[in-house]
Amino acid sequence: MNTEAPPEVRLARNRVGVLAAMKGVFARDIKLAFRQRQDLLNPLLFFVMVVTLFPLGVSPEISFLSEAGAGILWVAALLSVLLSLDHLFRHDFDDGTLEQLVLQPQPLFLLILAKTVAHWMLTGLPLVLLTPVLGVMVHLDGNSIGVLCLTLLIGTPVLSLIGAIGAALTLGLRSAGVLLSLLVIPLYIPVLIFGTGTVAAASDGAAVGAYMALMGAFLMLALTLAPFAAAAALRISLSNG
Amino acid sequence: MWQFFHKLGSPKWFFGISTRFAPWFLTGGMLLLVTGAVWGLAFAPTDYLQGDSYRIIFIHVPTAMLAQSVYIMMASAGVVTLVWRMKLADVFVKAVAPVGLVITFLALFTGAVWGKPTWGTWWIWDARLTSMLILLFLYGGVIALDRAINDEKSAARAVAVLTLVGVVNIPIIKYSVEWWNTLHQPATFKLTEKPSMPAEMWVPLLLSVLGLYLIFGWLACVRMQTEILCREQRSRWVKEFVTTGRV
Repeated sequence: MNTEAPPEVRLARNRVGVLAAMKGVFARDIKLAFRQRQDLLNPLLFFVMVVTLFPLGVSPEISFLSEAGAGILWVAALLSVLLSLDHLFRHDFDDGTLEQLVLQPQPLFLLILAKTVAHWMLTGLPLVLLTPVLGVMVHLDGNSIGVLCLTLLIGTPVLSLIGAIGAALTLGLRSAGVLLSLLVIPLYIPVLIFGTGTVAAASDGAAVGAYMALMGAFLMLALTLAPFAAAAALRISLSNG
Repeated sequence: MWQFFHKLGSPKWFFGISTRFAPWFLTGGMLLLVTGAVWGLAFAPTDYLQGDSYRIIFIHVPTAMLAQSVYIMMASAGVVTLVWRMKLADVFVKAVAPVGLVITFLALFTGAVWGKPTWGTWWIWDARLTSMLILLFLYGGVIALDRAINDEKSAARAVAVLTLVGVVNIPIIKYSVEWWNTLHQPATFKLTEKPSMPAEMWVPLLLSVLGLYLIFGWLACVRMQTEILCREQRSRWVKEFVTTGRV
């Protein structure tokens, strides 16, 4: 008895391996993003501008800023990731690429994971790299800046991963932007609490190992579960339109 | 068992049976709630530490428990929607989400009223309070997403995914009082232990908790009936029901 898959299925499976497909999706997103450089800069500019609002709007006192600085930077980073989420699937949805991705023989959640990683490299990572400069501007001490960068380095991928679920759910809806924020912000709050909590503990001179471990746990949880939820949400949104 | 499962998937069957059960939920719930409230507010002994202000517990604890239970029920219904595509499950989620929102708001509000005399402040950014606030936001998100998607089936499945993602918040609320040292007191009722308060206090509390759950049952039935009538308005049995009043 022949237990092998039919030839056309075998062909489709053999053509591109899962890893190669993920690499392809990743490279495509990076390349497309670099064709539209202004879109890459916008979240960073937004990040810097939001941080600027606080010293001007609340108080430029060094005592206030060094106390609240980590929280301000975290909130600003969270908001700029939130704003950039719309780009994650929008263009691919508009030009039909997303439907082709769904039709691929490779598991959709892995392709989405590749897209999300690309999104993080293009928004989250630059934010982390910019943080030391802004940290100095809000008078954080060196140790706090280091810990803050580390929490953002672990935290921003979580933001991208959770955001992918929200972006997939709101794809193609009217007023998707506001709705996306409404869905995603409640899920961001725990990450924010632990992120800023770590920096607060560090500036009090406490050990941050446990906090970092919790942040790492968030990352692992998001990394393993969020792509599945995003893939399910994406299929629903595509069958919608 | 499977026959029951299949019947449960039929909106018509549910409509018929729930019109018979709903009034019992309402009378039973009102009876228990009124008994619990009157007993608790007028006859239960005064707390030696908090005085009479603790009496709001007879409203606060039932609403807070129900607020979390409703979310868990919605998430369970979400699983049913995603796995078995059962129509009733998404009717339930749609009907119940606004109730959950209001109940969560009531829990937060009564908590604030209780907090003023005992903690000296309406609001504190404490783990339990914050996670209940997140629960309120989650209900808001679920309702917003449901209203934003026009297609009924897509809306049901999208909402199911969202409720399942949000369910991570429930254990955080439940254990926030034990994990973090907070101002909020630990759970009043535990399944495994005897309550730490005298019977004259916990019996009326238990009555009002059960009463509120029954009232919720009634509310869920009535709201689901409305939703079913709206969805099935083109089917023959609905036309018959509207003209003759019989299912």
